[in-house]
Amino acid sequence: MIPASFEYVRAESVDHAVSLLQEHGEEAKLLAGGHSLLPLMKLRLAQPGVLIDIGRLGDLANIRDDGDMVSIGALTHHAQIEHSPLLRQECPVVSHTAGQVGDLQVRHRGTIGGSVAHGDSASDLPTVLLAVDAVMVAHGPEGTREIPASDFFTGFWETALTDVELLTTIKVPKLPNAGWSYQKFNRRAQDWAIVGAVAVKNGTTRVGLTNMGSIPLRATAVEAALQAGASLSDAAAVAAEGTNAPADVNGSAAYREHLARVLVRRALEEAGS
Amino acid sequence: MAIAVVNRRIEVTVNGKAHVDEVEPRTLLIQYLREKLDLTGSHVGCDTSNCGACTVLLDGVSVKSCTVLAVQADECAVTTIEGLADGDTFHPVQQGFVEKHGLQCGYCTPGMIMAAVSLLDENPHPTEQEIREGIEGNLCRCTGYKNIVDAIQWAAENS
Ligand SMILES: Cc1cc2nc3c(=O)[nH]c(=O)nc-3n(C[C@H](O)[C@H](O)[C@H](O)COP(=O)(O)OP(=O)(O)OC[C@H]3O[C@@H](n4cnc5c(N)ncnc54)[C@H](O)[C@@H]3O)c2cc1C
Ligand code: FES
Ligand code: FES
Repeated sequence: MIPASFEYVRAESVDHAVSLLQEHGEEAKLLAGGHSLLPLMKLRLAQPGVLIDIGRLGDLANIRDDGDMVSIGALTHHAQIEHSPLLRQECPVVSHTAGQVGDLQVRHRGTIGGSVAHGDSASDLPTVLLAVDAVMVAHGPEGTREIPASDFFTGFWETALTDVELLTTIKVPKLPNAGWSYQKFNRRAQDWAIVGAVAVKNGTTRVGLTNMGSIPLRATAVEAALQAGASLSDAAAVAAEGTNAPADVNGSAAYREHLARVLVRRALEEAGS
Repeated sequence: MAIAVVNRRIEVTVNGKAHVDEVEPRTLLIQYLREKLDLTGSHVGCDTSNCGACTVLLDGVSVKSCTVLAVQADECAVTTIEGLADGDTFHPVQQGFVEKHGLQCGYCTPGMIMAAVSLLDENPHPTEQEIREGIEGNLCRCTGYKNIVDAIQWAAENS
């Protein structure tokens, strides 16, 4: 299978990418690692007229110490994040989860920016970024703006990014002493999560869910129950509240709700909540 | 929608040899390797980024070449199964597949070997579990995983 024809342009800088987006409008799509976009294009589920390749913006492929935060360039590959000594020290839930994405080949090509901008609620990193209160940095014609993770994911494959904006950086807070766990459930090793659950305990506990609705979710009922002093298993019992689980070949909504309760309990236990 | 498709000139070093070609932007790397360069060692299994039969090294790391555009490999180095041996001497991973009979029909083998080369490059002494996880992106329809894992372990011990 070969994608439908398109025009290919390579961005030389972030500003160049933005001006190309302005020039080509709705017809254009950014290409990072291509590991979400190219499979869709091969299946003709996406048919952009112009691909703007941002894959060579090396300035966006690094991980930097940024005071209270760690700044991860949008073009950083999952494998770089998985093995980053800085992230392993300062925000291990992010480096660990990057290591759970797909398989080795996918982690060599796929980028965190693509993962986040694609806005797929079955992706692993968005849920974790939501739970740690990451900040997304976007660059557009009017300059740079910061978007909190809690405002970023707006719908099924939709985000707060406009058509002329590029995601440049994902900032994650340093949480070197937090308890954490990411529980991913799938049937075959390389697959996407049927359901995933993250818990991060840093004083209070944050809980997030992968693939339990059209966007990555915070399990607010669980968080509130823990705040009110509920036991871990009582808190985990309300994990499916407020979710809208999809039903597909991998499982019914009811099965996913069951998984959410089980995985949240395991995540809370492992995070030491 | 009318699209002005302009072919793109790419320079790719494949198995140490420089190639300059004009390709349609939608050409997949696997297609370029097999159809343009006649390097048919890398296979197409699923064509949907799942099976790993098309695995090659792009600037030294394993990728699924059915999910990479040839234009994305411009100015990069590609290694395929054809470029792995040193003259008549097999690469240790290839030799491991010989020693441990790491194949049955052989369809998955080129991709398996390239994935294993990249895995051992990152982790020269993996445990059995790490090998199994390291090749999770490669499927063997003959399901001969035991001998494949043994072959990779042999390579780790003999390189
Ligand atoms: C076999 C396979 C298994 C996978 N398994 C998993 C898994 O288990 N868990 C998981 O989370 N993911 C999985 N993935 C997806 C993988 O993580 C992708 O790498 C990721 O979703 C997209 O990153 P990319 O760089 O490839 O983005 P691309 O495919 O290049 O882009 C994806 C989308 O984001 C847009 N985009 C990309 N970068 C930017 C940017 N900087 N600013 C604005 N928009 C941008 C593009 O225009 C496009 O719409 C899998 C993929 C494959 C092929
Ligand atoms: S043919 Fe590329 S992964 Fe199967
Ligand atoms: S040996 Fe037949 S597919 Fe692996």
